Amino acid sequence: MMNAHGKAIKYGDNVDTDVIIPARYLNTSDPEELAKYCMEDIDKDFVNKVCKGDIMVAGKNFGCGSSREHAPIAIKASGISCVIAETFARIFYRNAINIGLPIVECPEAAEDISDGDEVKVDFDSGIITNVTKSKTYKGVPFPRFMQEIMAADGLIGYIRQNKK
Amino acid sequence: MGMTMTQKILADHAGLPSVKAGELIKARLDMVLGNDITTPVAVKEFRKIGMDKVFDKEKIAIVPDHFTPNKDIKSAEQVKFIREFAKEMGIVNYFEIGQMGVEHALLPEKGLVVPGDVVIGADSHTCTYGALGAFSTGIGSTDMAAGMATGEAWFKVPEAIKFVLKGKPGKWVSGKDVILHIIGMIGVDGALYKSMEFVGEGVANLSMDDRFAMANMAIEAGGKNGIFEVDEKTLQYVKEHSTKEYRIFKADEDAEYAAIYEIDLACVKPTVAFPHLPSNTRTIDNVGEVKIDQVIIGSCTNGRIEDMRVAAEILKGRKVHPDVRCIIIPATQKIWKQSMSEGLFDIFIDAGAAVSTPTCGPCLGGHMGILAKGERAVATTNRNFVGRMGHPESEVYLASPAIAAASAIAGRIASPEEV
Ligand code: SF4
Repeated sequence: MMNAHGKAIKYGDNVDTDVIIPARYLNTSDPEELAKYCMEDIDKDFVNKVCKGDIMVAGKNFGCGSSREHAPIAIKASGISCVIAETFARIFYRNAINIGLPIVECPEAAEDISDGDEVKVDFDSGIITNVTKSKTYKGVPFPRFMQEIMAADGLIGYIRQNKK
Repeated sequence: MGMTMTQKILADHAGLPSVKAGELIKARLDMVLGNDITTPVAVKEFRKIGMDKVFDKEKIAIVPDHFTPNKDIKSAEQVKFIREFAKEMGIVNYFEIGQMGVEHALLPEKGLVVPGDVVIGADSHTCTYGALGAFSTGIGSTDMAAGMATGEAWFKVPEAIKFVLKGKPGKWVSGKDVILHIIGMIGVDGALYKSMEFVGEGVANLSMDDRFAMANMAIEAGGKNGIFEVDEKTLQYVKEHSTKEYRIFKADEDAEYAAIYEIDLACVKPTVAFPHLPSNTRTIDNVGEVKIDQVIIGSCTNGRIEDMRVAAEILKGRKVHPDVRCIIIPATQKIWKQSMSEGLFDIFIDAGAAVSTPTCGPCLGGHMGILAKGERAVATTNRNFVGRMGHPESEVYLASPAIAAASAIAGRIASPEEV
């Protein structure tokens, strides 16, 4: 599987799907369109500062709230290559896997990484490297079954493969 | 080792003699649900799989309820898209305006969920049907697409937290207060990835509407599902609403729980969740002076007939405060009609409240009552996140219909005893 490499953009605990993509923009499901409003209610500046490959880092219960898949879709389309959090809300966790947005649970990294740090993630091993601080952290790698889904670029690809 | 209620239902639907927490399984689905926001995405994904029919036309429910009656052109296009899909696939349970209601009030009422079912819905409050002793949980659009295609979904078997309820709730205390009390106690991630199982003799003292409101908010504690033990009230409800075959699953005596809480319903006080988290709770005697601009009584949490009756009991012969807009939204057509024939609408309208056709509307800041900057609302809904009901600098206070109605009269957060 691929790796992620970029600068960290950091948020706190309980970042909910209403701030990731406010409901007022849910009358579309176009990823590019959604990406324009990503994180708007928590960080107006996000869409200007995010670069392709950047890594979002957050605290506990990231993605809590509604089941809207628009949330991981907006994050993925904004250019974020991976989200590291202390814990994820469960529907967000499923959705991210199902659409192929890499996510890693790692309380240590979530706490230690500062906004702007250069970070690398190895998805196979779950190892996270903080280049800026010269430190590594061990995240939880995906269970096999989920790796297969990710390798098929999401659940739909996985079902299509297994249908034959 | 014994299994919890949830684990038993999952094992049964996975065709396995037993399952244990953490195990990844594929389970057979009895119902797959989507709404006007999540279904369009699911349909696009469904097309990508390259199948031309759904797994079972009777086991899919599509309910346009969030931005309906269509609030703008984009919403209208979304609903048109799913309506056409429903027609093409011959989906039996597509509910058009005039039939529809807020999905989680509608499905049980239409008899589409019964005890022992496994239900997934592309809406986080799908956990509501746990009130009926079913395993139901919110999933995303891609899961919905996969579910519609295969009739299966993958699950990580959850562990459970057991809530042993005893006693009888006081006069103005409802299921909403009990669940807000619990979320305040364990936090918004207190049940993360876990089942919340409600058992004990106190369950008998909670109406089905109370149970729906409680299971509905399991997700607000991070829970995968909330589930109640099936009792006579449940079976009575099922008899009145469904002809589907049901099955009762009980937890094993030796089932293991991540935690067990005992809750004496008699000790629960009316509870309000302050902005911006459902766990930020205060009992009514500790709310202080909070002036409000709007009251919303409705949603999949508290838009049911008992909620309407309680609101009417308090609003009867009184007036909504001149500085408050009070909007009442019965959750389904059936509840609407019943409220009308019981004369509740006369009471609401005489009090100066507005009554709307069923919709999610303001609950998610969609339409029908959006808040301006700096405005505050008391709502019987389930989320008070930043910007949930409108402007990012507006505020939502979550409460029961009794508190909401009393607050509408007082112009500030108030208990029914004060008005
Ligand atoms: S009423 Fe609110 S919480 Fe319930 S389904 Fe509609 S938007 Fe979601």
